[in-house]
Amino acid sequence: MLEILFFTLVAAVAILSSILVVAMRNPINSALSLIMTFFCLATLYVMLDAPFMAAIQVIVYAGAIMVLIVFVIMLLNMRTETSKNYVHGVLVSCIVAVLTLFVISGFLRKSPLTGEPGAMTPDVITKMGHTELIGKAMFSDFLLPFEITSILLLVAIVGSVILAKRKL
Amino acid sequence: MLSLHHYLILSGILFSIGALGVLVRRNAIVIFMCVELMLNAVNLTFIAFSRYLGNIDGQIFVFFVMTVAAAEAAVGLALMIAFYKNRESIDVEDMNIMKL
Repeated sequence: MLEILFFTLVAAVAILSSILVVAMRNPINSALSLIMTFFCLATLYVMLDAPFMAAIQVIVYAGAIMVLIVFVIMLLNMRTETSKNYVHGVLVSCIVAVLTLFVISGFLRKSPLTGEPGAMTPDVITKMGHTELIGKAMFSDFLLPFEITSILLLVAIVGSVILAKRKL
Repeated sequence: MLSLHHYLILSGILFSIGALGVLVRRNAIVIFMCVELMLNAVNLTFIAFSRYLGNIDGQIFVFFVMTVAAAEAAVGLALMIAFYKNRESIDVEDMNIMKL
């Protein structure tokens, strides 16, 4: 009972702040609301017995990526969009978003949840340690994707330097 | 009792709000942040399924999604800086250089 109450509170804050991301005129306010949403999601990850993912969420998303975005917003020196049309196509976009929500909830209502329960119950996770389990899976079963990720990061570094540099 | 459906519905709502933001806003950086919001909604789905199926593979996938999001942030923001240098604006309605 207390769990549902807490979930409802966190979910309400997450939805409210994500609405603010869309509604705020000033991009800085949008960015701060997005950080609030990320913290709410990190709380939900802790509730789902994934503390390592919660830590990564706060460090990588709320820390690194959002700092980068706020940095660029301040670098470009965008003032509050004083012109009144900071949005376009509101009606059509709302219809599309509501349709998306209906499709998702339709899937949830119609399809039963199947699948065999695996071995990673919360007891196992607390006994073994979440980080250790993630590390074991990542460096044994998912070693090749992990290495390919490093190539992706290299491409991102080279690409962003080439794009943002004035003259090579 | 808190079930998987709670998390999936929350994730769906967050995804729809992110999609609305992508469609409705004109500022490219805000659109970018809404894409991040959609990615996070999907991450929540992955972790909820991972918890309720007792399988840790979904969380590895979340890890890769975060890596791709970080790479996307770097390249996307570099693109926006390059565009701002040309046009003094990052409004998506000004992004019509390649239009005939």
